[in-house]
Amino acid sequence: MSSSTTQSTYQPKTSVGKITNYVDSRVGGSGIVKEFGRKIFPDHWTFMFGEVALYSFVILLLSGTFLTFFYDPSMAETTYDGSYIPLRGVEMSEAYATSLNISFDIRGGLFMRQVHHWSALLFVAAVSVHMLRVFFTGAFRRPRELNWVVGGVLLILAMAAGFTGYSLPDDLLSGNGLRIIDGVIKAVPVVGTYISFFLFGGEFPGTVIIPRLYVLHILLIPAVILLLIAIHLFMVVTHKHTQFPGPGRTNDNVVGFPVGPVYAAKAGGFFFIVFGIIAAISAAFTINPIWNYGPYDPSPVSAGTQPDWYIGWVDGALRLMPGWVAGIPLEWNIAMPWGVNTLSLNVLIPALVPAGIVFGLMFAWPWIESWLTKDKREHHLLDRPRNAPFRTAVGVSGVVFYCIMWAAASSDLIATHFFVSLNDVTYWLRVLFFVGPVIGFMVAQRIALALQRKDREIALHGRETGRIVRLPHGEFIEVHEPLDEYKRYNLVNYESHGVLPAEADVNGHVTRTEKARGRLSRFFFEDRVAPVTPAELEAAHSHAHHDEIAEQHDKAAISK
Amino acid sequence: MADHSHGSPESTGVVARPGQGDVQKFQNPGLPPHRPRLADRDPRAEKRAERQVAILFLVSIIGTVLFFVGYFLIPLDETIATLRLQNLTLGLGTAFAMLGIGVGIVHWAKTLMPDHEVSEDRHEIRTEADRADAEKIINDIVEETGIKRRPLIRNTLLGAMILAPLPAVFIFRDLGPLPGDALRHTYWDSGTRLARDPSGTPIRASDVTIGSAFHVIPEGLSDSEHYLEEKAKAVVLLMRLNPESLNPSPGREDWGYEGIVAYSKICTHVGCPVALYEQQTHHLLCPCHQSTFDLTQECKVIFGPAVRPLPQLPISVDDEGYLIATSDFQQPVGPSFWERG
Amino acid sequence: MKALSQRRRHPLAAVALLLIGLLFTGGVYALASSTNEAKAQTFSADEVQEGEKLFVANCATCHGMGAVGSENGPSLVGVGAASVDFQVGTGRMPMQMQGPQAQVKPPQFNDEQTMQMAAYVASLGAGPAIPGEEALDTSEADPANGGVVFRVNCAMCHNAAAAGGALTRGKYAPALSGSTAKHTYEAMVTGPQNMPVFNDANITPEDKRDVIAFLETIDEQGSPGGADLGSLGPVSEGLFIWVAGLGVIIAFTVWLTARSS
Repeated sequence: MSSSTTQSTYQPKTSVGKITNYVDSRVGGSGIVKEFGRKIFPDHWTFMFGEVALYSFVILLLSGTFLTFFYDPSMAETTYDGSYIPLRGVEMSEAYATSLNISFDIRGGLFMRQVHHWSALLFVAAVSVHMLRVFFTGAFRRPRELNWVVGGVLLILAMAAGFTGYSLPDDLLSGNGLRIIDGVIKAVPVVGTYISFFLFGGEFPGTVIIPRLYVLHILLIPAVILLLIAIHLFMVVTHKHTQFPGPGRTNDNVVGFPVGPVYAAKAGGFFFIVFGIIAAISAAFTINPIWNYGPYDPSPVSAGTQPDWYIGWVDGALRLMPGWVAGIPLEWNIAMPWGVNTLSLNVLIPALVPAGIVFGLMFAWPWIESWLTKDKREHHLLDRPRNAPFRTAVGVSGVVFYCIMWAAASSDLIATHFFVSLNDVTYWLRVLFFVGPVIGFMVAQRIALALQRKDREIALHGRETGRIVRLPHGEFIEVHEPLDEYKRYNLVNYESHGVLPAEADVNGHVTRTEKARGRLSRFFFEDRVAPVTPAELEAAHSHAHHDEIAEQHDKAAISK
Repeated sequence: MADHSHGSPESTGVVARPGQGDVQKFQNPGLPPHRPRLADRDPRAEKRAERQVAILFLVSIIGTVLFFVGYFLIPLDETIATLRLQNLTLGLGTAFAMLGIGVGIVHWAKTLMPDHEVSEDRHEIRTEADRADAEKIINDIVEETGIKRRPLIRNTLLGAMILAPLPAVFIFRDLGPLPGDALRHTYWDSGTRLARDPSGTPIRASDVTIGSAFHVIPEGLSDSEHYLEEKAKAVVLLMRLNPESLNPSPGREDWGYEGIVAYSKICTHVGCPVALYEQQTHHLLCPCHQSTFDLTQECKVIFGPAVRPLPQLPISVDDEGYLIATSDFQQPVGPSFWERG
Repeated sequence: MKALSQRRRHPLAAVALLLIGLLFTGGVYALASSTNEAKAQTFSADEVQEGEKLFVANCATCHGMGAVGSENGPSLVGVGAASVDFQVGTGRMPMQMQGPQAQVKPPQFNDEQTMQMAAYVASLGAGPAIPGEEALDTSEADPANGGVVFRVNCAMCHNAAAAGGALTRGKYAPALSGSTAKHTYEAMVTGPQNMPVFNDANITPEDKRDVIAFLETIDEQGSPGGADLGSLGPVSEGLFIWVAGLGVIIAFTVWLTARSS
């Protein structure tokens, strides 16, 4: 500590050097440069989605700030007299009128609105794809479980940011969306009516919901998102990035490009690329044409009333749920000592259960998996999705589950565009809601196992060249080109979890949860493909007519 | 975080350790040898890459100029075509400006900056020595506060900490009024005339021909203090069909007038306006979640997520021939709520 | 499910519905002359005669001799000339096959033949007449008011941007962008198929004109923000960002992380 008070004797020569030295000697920048200047980041195209999300968020902050200068979050009545003729003279709220002014009377306003909304859609999409990548490659495993949870919270916050923003123009579409939210809130037992009245400042729609959503949208939610992004990135630095397995890559190192100059240039350049793509989309494609929808009024509604895509799955669940099942209503009036209360299961179940399943499993998965596999080690090497068939199958099952609800949210558009009955679409999706995830699980698991077998085949016998050669004794064979050791290592270097039967604990008891774990382990890992071992390769190579023997070895290795 | 390899091309990052190669597992062969790029071998290719990067940056400059052309030279004149052109110009200008920089920098990094992959060791996230030090520090801190030895202080502090946030919760009480019985009443009352939405002009029974659908609000609604809130509960759909198609239940025979019936437009599911009337099937469809109500069965739910039928507004005709409500709705309109009963 | 769709496809189901519906509309127009004055339209006896011939040859199979209706088609007595002009002029009639609703297709008859059939049907009973030039003249109309009327009365089925929407069991409300002013007007006064009737007491002729002006305005102006993606709202927007937006971004990430040759 005492030595730090000694003044450095360094004298910079250039003027840039002088300024840099002035700042550095006061904030300690040299240490940061030393720490991060040459830090290594692995490179893979699937590692870029987190950056896409981050950059979309930055673009959201930039374009959103512009919009706040012209938007007035007021529900006071006004008469529109702006440039858009089909609405001139119509009564509307200040919020809607100023949104129209941004679109029609502020130069570049429409462009900024479209940039803001397109990047919002991209933001949530990028967060989702990023999480799917992390899931399917097993990047959530120790030590990154907590960062996975932070990411999940960020996804929920991204959806919240999107929904609060969607409502701000106070147009007919978003107004009906708010009304649906109000209806769902009112279905909540005991406190629902009160929450609704507190949220809307009285009865729906009231005059305060837009300003309140505005504060959430521009202050509270972005602030929390920023905080969590900081935590998220801090943990990425602490853990260092994961990497795909491959030659030269181990669980103890990280192979890639140094931050300066290559990684910084690529990542920095990528921000401009993402911005450029969003700008190009906003230039040529309309998003949220609020002028079509008209001002919010509780009486009208438009056909095709849907939320933005990330809320769609919940809306789809609401659509799929039947109000009556086999003649039994799903809304119950329950006699209580103080009167009769209403429990609206037809609303509560679809609003809470699918979201509970998806988010519950998502947040808990790192611990579920390590409990199932008893694998508590640190993992810095990723799994190729095919090399973890159980996880890939679970993930695909979840994606199918989500997509069926998502499709249900556009059941009316599916009906009109594919010339089928709206009711039939709903009936089919109700069936798929239960059957789809099961089929998804089975198909994905089989495909993953098949790909693993194909990898084994290639690792053992090389690539098929397509060249057919006739041997002297008349036999035709296809020439297989052996792999070099680097390519082969890519195919053989993975861990394959086997069945771990239930084990007794220290007291010699086999607990019920342990028994359940054993059964699940059997279910998930019964079918597995083991990686090729050097011995097997040796055996495959040492025989001239290797095909039969290799087959035997394959059979031995693929325990069924 | 010491001992980084600093990206020197000589460092191949071979990490295979002796003794790992066995018959069970393949030995890690180490990083594959570096293949030089075109620009590394051929000075002309290097020059070409340099020119390409510069051209991309020029594209960016042109994009920025294009933005200003769109901003200043395309004056908005209230026509949609001009606005569309301006939006396109501003957008493409920005897109080129950004993509030029982005693609240029990345191309530069890919072709001209070193492309040797470098290996860096990972470190333990928490070393045992650090843990022991930290534990000792925390124990010392706790010890110095003496909180373990002074339960009185500890317990009173806990009590204070639990209570202190409560005002922060209760201060939000005035976010809105209590529900009271607001959800049980609408603007409709005995004698209120049915009026067209949004003009507010009253409707005669003779105006409503068979097959018609009128979107209705109570007359005088525009004078209401809470126009939108009242409208959100009071909107009604008025239809006329052959009286023989209606099958009113006992007690509701006189709720319609010569085949004219009025039903709440607010869905009993989550409150969207159920406004789609099919005049031949007599079905009402909600466009939000597809609940379908059958008008000939007093708007019973025949499909979709709703459970309860739409509430019917009892109507009649006054001496001037105008349609009037004979009372308010007999039950709360719209979605269910806990206290509904 | 199969049973339901089969029942829906049962030829008699649609016909029965059409029959009931059109009988009502026809009957109502005959009765409720106070609200919808059956405008005395002058068709020559010649036109009526020619129309009858066309009717017998092309329509009577389903609608019966004298248009009194049959098992396969409703009575057309009192549906008015507007109804014939709409149904035949948009190609919906004659129907190609029985289905949830009659489909738009290229008209099977020319204007003159359509007029003749309209004349014949109009001669059978009073009904809404084909609107004249002055009813369709939108030069003085107010598209903003038309928009208000449209959103309250039409948008729930036809979509706020008139892009169309789904009804129950395979029926749908069509998109309105290709519809002529005359056909739009006729649809409002006659209530074809499952569309409710919007008589002049409900939507005044001035308001109908405003609605047509509104539709023409949004059709002509296009979207200021660029391609409108079918005006289908958040669904097409979401699909676009997932397919096109993320597609382009993935292409860039692959390029960005690939080794330069």
